[in-house]
Amino acid sequence: MAAIVIDRVRKSFGSTNALEEVSLEVHDGEFVALLGPSGCGKTTLLRIVAGLETQTSGHIRIGDRDVSNLPPRARKLAMVFQNYAVFPHMTVRQNVGFGLRMAGEPAARIDRQVERASALMHIEPYLHRYPAQLSGGQRQRVAVARALAVEPSVLLMDEPLSNLDALLRLEMRAELKAILAEAGTTTLYVTHDQTEAMGLADRIAVLQAGRVVQVGPPLVIYREPRTMFVGGFVGSPPMNFLRVRASGGTVALGGARFAVPGGGDRALLLGIRPEDLTIGDAAEGVPFALRVLEPLGSHVLLTGDVEGQQLRVMAPPEIVARAGDILHLRPVAERIRWMSAPEGIALA
Amino acid sequence: MRALRRGIFTTGVAALCAWTLIPIYLVALSAIGGESVVNAWPKPFWPTQLSLATLGTFMNLSGVWPATWQSAQVALLCMLLSIVLGLPAGYALARFAFAGSNLYRLLILLTRAFPVGILALPLTVTFIRIGLYDTALGVALVHTALALPFAILVSSSLFIGIPREIEEAAWVFGCSRLSAFFRVVLPLATPGIAAIAIFAFVISWNEVFAAAVLTVRHRTLTAFLLSVLSESPLHVQFAGGLLLVVPSVLFIFLVRRYLFAIWGITNR
Repeated sequence: MAAIVIDRVRKSFGSTNALEEVSLEVHDGEFVALLGPSGCGKTTLLRIVAGLETQTSGHIRIGDRDVSNLPPRARKLAMVFQNYAVFPHMTVRQNVGFGLRMAGEPAARIDRQVERASALMHIEPYLHRYPAQLSGGQRQRVAVARALAVEPSVLLMDEPLSNLDALLRLEMRAELKAILAEAGTTTLYVTHDQTEAMGLADRIAVLQAGRVVQVGPPLVIYREPRTMFVGGFVGSPPMNFLRVRASGGTVALGGARFAVPGGGDRALLLGIRPEDLTIGDAAEGVPFALRVLEPLGSHVLLTGDVEGQQLRVMAPPEIVARAGDILHLRPVAERIRWMSAPEGIALA
Repeated sequence: MRALRRGIFTTGVAALCAWTLIPIYLVALSAIGGESVVNAWPKPFWPTQLSLATLGTFMNLSGVWPATWQSAQVALLCMLLSIVLGLPAGYALARFAFAGSNLYRLLILLTRAFPVGILALPLTVTFIRIGLYDTALGVALVHTALALPFAILVSSSLFIGIPREIEEAAWVFGCSRLSAFFRVVLPLATPGIAAIAIFAFVISWNEVFAAAVLTVRHRTLTAFLLSVLSESPLHVQFAGGLLLVVPSVLFIFLVRRYLFAIWGITNR
C-alpha cells in the first residue's frame, strides 16, 4: 500500500496548458475521484501518474519513491482503461495473469492470483475464452481482474464504467466499491459522471480547465461548493444560482428576507440545491412562477422563474400544482450558499 | 433494381476472375497440351492430349534448378529485409509525431519514382566495386528497395489500427517498449505482416530487369529464362512461364487466411 503525492505538476502541449500546477495527495488506502468535464485535464493527470505522459514540471511520488522519471513498468501500479484494453490475442486467463507473468512470478502463485481475482470479478467460467467472445461488461471485468491480480499498491482507473450500459454500470459500481474497500487499495479514479464520483469516492477532486478547484469528501463538495462551477457540475439537477442584490446586509426576494454574511451593499449569487427548497405560504415565501412539472416517481421536478431567473425545485410526488401557478418557496436557510457576483466564489 | 445490381456485381467478379485466370489457363494449355496446341487456332478448350513432356524438357534444361534456388534465396532475403526494415519505420510513422513525418511519408513513395533502368548502370558499377555484383544479397537489396515503400506504409496503417491503449496496458503491467512490441503489437499485426511478406516475396520473384542486369552466372529464374528461353521453342517458353507462376500462387494460397484477415473478415 502506498500514498500518491502529486506535487505542483504542470503539463503543456505546445502553447496550451493542459494542467496548471496541480497538487493533490491520495492517502494510503484512499479512493479519490478526479471529477470534471471533458477537456479539464483529469485524464492527462492520471496518465502522468501512470507514466504514460511526462509532466512539463513537478513531481509524482508513490509511497516513498519519486517516480516522476520512471517508466510505467517501474512504478508498481495497475491501471484500468476506458476501452478495457484487454489483449485480444490472449485468453482471459493469460490476460489476468499478464502482470504477474511479466514480473516473473512462479507459476503456482500466478495460478492462485488469477483464480482469486477472477473469483472476485465473477469471470471464472470464461477463463479459457478470448476477449472477442465476451460481452463489453465481461471484458471490463477482465480488465479489472487483470489489475487486481497483481495486488497493486496503487490502482488507476480511467472512466472504467463509461462504456457500460446504465444498469451494468450501477452493478459494477457497487461491486468495485466493495472489492476496493476490502483490498484497501489506494485508488485514483477519473470520471466525468458526478454520481459515480459521489458514490465511490472517499474524496473528490473537482478539476476545471487544468486546475483543481475543490477537494473534499463527497457531501462537503455537494453541500458546500467552493465555486459556482462546482455547484453546477456536481448534483443532478445542478445547484440553482440567483443573481441578487444585498442592501443593508439583507437580500429581499418577494416576502422573504435573507441575512448576508459580512453584510454590506453588493451584488451576490444565492446558491441553493433544488431539494433544499420547500413550498410554503405566501406571506414570507419567494414567489416562483411554475412553468414545467416533471413527475419522476420519487419526486416531482419543478422548473419555473424567480424574478425572471430560472430555478428548479424538487418537490414531493404528492404536490398539487399546475403550470402557470405562482408558488411560494422557503429555502432551508443553513443550506444557502452565498457567492460573490459575478465571479461565483463562495463567501465563507 | 436489386437484380440489376446483382447482375453488375456478378459480371464484375466474373470479369476480374477471367482477367487473371484466362492468361494463366492459356499458358498452362500451351505448356502441357502438347506441341500442336501452341500454334493451333481456335484453341481447344480442353487439350486433346495431356503431356508433361514439355515441362520435363524445360526442367531438364541445364541451369533451371540453380536459377530457381537463386530466385528463392533472393525472394526470401528480400522478404526478410523488407520486414526487418519496414516494420520499425512503419511503427515510427504510426506512433511518434516527429518533425517531417509527412515529408518522410512522401519520400518513401518517391523512391518508386526512380526507374530501375536509370539506376542500373551506377548500381552495377557500385556493386562491382563493393563486391555485391552477381550475389543473391545484391539483387535482394534492390528488390527490397522496390518492396520497402509498400512494407512501410502498410505496416504503419497496420500499427495505427492497433489501439494505443493495448500497448499502454502492456507497459503498465511490466513491459518495456520493446517487449510490449513483441508480446502485444506483433502478434496482433501478424495477418498484415504476412501480407507484406507475400508482397515482398512476389515482387522479388517476378522482378526481371534488376536481376538480369546485376547478375551474370548466379541468375535468378526470371533472368535465366529471359536469356535462355528466347532461343527455345515456343512451347518450352510456355512451360517456363507456367513454372514461374506456380510458386507465387502457391505462396499466396498458403497465407490467404491472413490476407482475408486484414480486410476485416477475420476467421479466427
